[in-house]
Amino acid sequence: MRSTSIRRTGAGVAAVLLVGSVLAGCVESERDGKENTFVFAASAAPKTLDPFYASDGETFRVTRQIYEGLVGTEPGTVEPAPLLAESWTQSDDGLSYTFDLEDGVTFHDGTPFDAEAVCANFERWSATPEVNQTDDKAYYYGKLFRGFATGATAESAIYAGCSADDELTATITLDAPFAGFIAAMSLPAFAMQSPTALEEYQDDESASVLTTPYGTEHPTGTGPFEFASWNQGSGEVRLTPYDDYWGEAAKVDEVVVVEIDTARGRAEALRNGEIDGFDLVGPADVESLADEGFSIENRPAFNILYLAFNQAQAPFDDIRVRQAIAHAIDKEAVISASMPDGTEPADQFVPELVDGYAADVPTYEHDPELARQLLEEAGVAGTTITFNYPTNISRPYMPQPDDTFNIVRSQLEAVGLTVEPVAAEWTDYLEQVQNTPDHGIHLLGWTGDYDDPDNFLGVFFGQQSLEWGFDDPELFAEVAAPRQLTTTDEQRPLYEQVNRDVMEFLPGIPLASPVPSLAFAENVEGYEASPVQDEVWNMVEITD
Amino acid sequence: MLRFIARRLLLMVPVLFGLSVLLFAWVRALPGDPARALLGERASDAGVARVNEVYGFDRPVLEQYGVYVGALLRGDLGTSIQTGRPVTTSFLEYFPATLELALAALLFAVVLGVPLGYLAARHRGGLVDSVVVSGSLLGVVTPVFFLAILLKLVFASWLGWLPSGLRQDPRLDATHVTNFYVLDGMLTGEWDAAWDALVHLVLPGIALGTIPLAIIVRITRASVAEVLDEDHVRTARAKGLAAGTISRRHVLRNALLPVMTTIGLQAGLLLSGAVLTETVFSFNGIGSYLFGAITDRDYPVLQGFILFIALIYCLINLLVDVLHGVVDPRVRVS
Repeated sequence: MRSTSIRRTGAGVAAVLLVGSVLAGCVESERDGKENTFVFAASAAPKTLDPFYASDGETFRVTRQIYEGLVGTEPGTVEPAPLLAESWTQSDDGLSYTFDLEDGVTFHDGTPFDAEAVCANFERWSATPEVNQTDDKAYYYGKLFRGFATGATAESAIYAGCSADDELTATITLDAPFAGFIAAMSLPAFAMQSPTALEEYQDDESASVLTTPYGTEHPTGTGPFEFASWNQGSGEVRLTPYDDYWGEAAKVDEVVVVEIDTARGRAEALRNGEIDGFDLVGPADVESLADEGFSIENRPAFNILYLAFNQAQAPFDDIRVRQAIAHAIDKEAVISASMPDGTEPADQFVPELVDGYAADVPTYEHDPELARQLLEEAGVAGTTITFNYPTNISRPYMPQPDDTFNIVRSQLEAVGLTVEPVAAEWTDYLEQVQNTPDHGIHLLGWTGDYDDPDNFLGVFFGQQSLEWGFDDPELFAEVAAPRQLTTTDEQRPLYEQVNRDVMEFLPGIPLASPVPSLAFAENVEGYEASPVQDEVWNMVEITD
Repeated sequence: MLRFIARRLLLMVPVLFGLSVLLFAWVRALPGDPARALLGERASDAGVARVNEVYGFDRPVLEQYGVYVGALLRGDLGTSIQTGRPVTTSFLEYFPATLELALAALLFAVVLGVPLGYLAARHRGGLVDSVVVSGSLLGVVTPVFFLAILLKLVFASWLGWLPSGLRQDPRLDATHVTNFYVLDGMLTGEWDAAWDALVHLVLPGIALGTIPLAIIVRITRASVAEVLDEDHVRTARAKGLAAGTISRRHVLRNALLPVMTTIGLQAGLLLSGAVLTETVFSFNGIGSYLFGAITDRDYPVLQGFILFIALIYCLINLLVDVLHGVVDPRVRVS
């Protein structure tokens, strides 16, 4: 009996081995043994590889490697710099921009990059079909060019036309002033795409435009890397250097972007040598990773975390109460309790890097005594206030909301206020503070997209909103006024004044601009962090 | 038998349909708004309104339900609000990872659980028994996420023996055909890739498999113990049959019936239990995708994925019942 069972087991093992060896080599292996691979962990997979239809950082992280825009940024700053356009001029009326294009540039499919290609891109954006004009897709174009050629927004659209003056000169004309136009051209959504590849693989009319063959398998730009593969299941994207790249050729043989959704998971993968670098380091990990010998790159902060008052709710309609709370808060303590090292306190609703930041806004020193006095005067000493904050979320401007909430709460209680906490999951939270009047004070913020004060002030105070709960047409008009001007030089003093007036009115308290960090293995060199995440990996090197 | 299977398959239709109604209502009862989840902090009221209009979230719920059922009858589960990808496509892309993980966990649980349970029953009251029983008690009460984090901390972070996450080393640049990574490695002859995928399955497999292991041990132990006391076993012994034959033919075969039912139930639960394990190990399968969909209020994905999981659960139960018939002739008649 025993011998039969051994024989049976033996036969089983043999069968498995046989099947294995028959299977082996059934399908051709596609590997070609790359030596020098840069593996980077992102927090999510890209949504599509057609950047025009994207507005999220994880999509742009990948598309920035594949595509380039007319305008870039000076490394490490938000200042516009030449990229596919060598130079540009603005017409006297301020409504036309003429770009001199870089010579000898080709798209990855061999299509030459020229003035015709520039115009093809602008025409495509403007002609976006109505079904894809929503803010989850063509957000940046709709927002910055104030509308499309067709549909509900056609009246307010400011794009007038594009002309190819000669092979390497293109002129864009607008119907209304847009002083931030050049800076906006550095947004990855406005990167140049191959008209030939778009024609062949993209279907702008499609209701599922994010998943067309173009957006998933044939993204075609002029950048240092070209598309190799995108595994939809694992989220892994692979890119290889583009041999005919016009600029500095990539130093690595291959780039792999993998998806690891938690900060802790990314840190562990780096420690284990599974990846070479990652973004959005958890504040708690920054110090320990640095101690263990990993290199930490800090991005200059281009964001704002604020504590907002809902003025639709008493007592926040009383300026003395708002001032009292401002004096109650010790920003330095908030930062050391809940934000990474290097974070600076904020004194207005734009970060310092923004053109229009005012050096002399009204400030509110940490002064608990004065805070108590002001509350007394307003007749609300010891009153109960609702404090809304989000849980289980980390944003670049708000790495640890629970901790931020706790320290602010203790500071408010120190001046005699009673705090009633209301915690909510992120989506419920957004719904509650942005779409209902049912909230008191709350934490929220914003990360800037490009150098334009309207990208902050317009977002917060451009119109009446349930979030802030006040109606001040004068302020709304003041925020909108600079948009009628054609140059940033003319805009600057107006925006500085808006910043001063807003801090006088005190709709909320800007708390800080947390510094986002990246972490890399010791042998990774040449990664330059950018405040607007304009990080292209052709200079990245893996040394031995 | 065929008639039995056909009848059971037909019965699944009303079950799944009923579930689809419940799911439709349940996902909409969640607080929060998919349009705002989609647009994030930048949502303007006008932007939200346009998204609601284009995606049809502003239509009456009954009308939305009509559209949903109409599509469902054509086999269309809709499109993800977040990614724009068809739900069925996404499920098929993510499912291989979860199935691979669930199989690894099940293998771990069965291969270890049945012998341990058997041993414990044979040595009831002895040292082996007490160790196995208390060990399995510990296994049942340890939360999956705690065990997952603990395993990761010890074997990945401290000892560095095993990877801390993902399904495969990205540097291998393995060729993927079926998205079952171990199988892919065998198909293409990339044995290092197959091995690497297998190594990546060890920690999540153990984390996910521990509760089923503990349950299987306990059920096997109880069931074997019961059978050992029965008359036919005594008779077999009295006949002078070899101990091995008694164990195999008279004890295990009878004792395994409840164990099989348990394994079937556990296999279904593994699919849903994978959510936590996948999240801890950055293992991109349906669990981690579903988790994201809950946060994002991605209604079509929630509805579709849960419906798929329910369908698989039903199919596994059917399979268990059919296998029952194979093992136990008494069941075959009915």
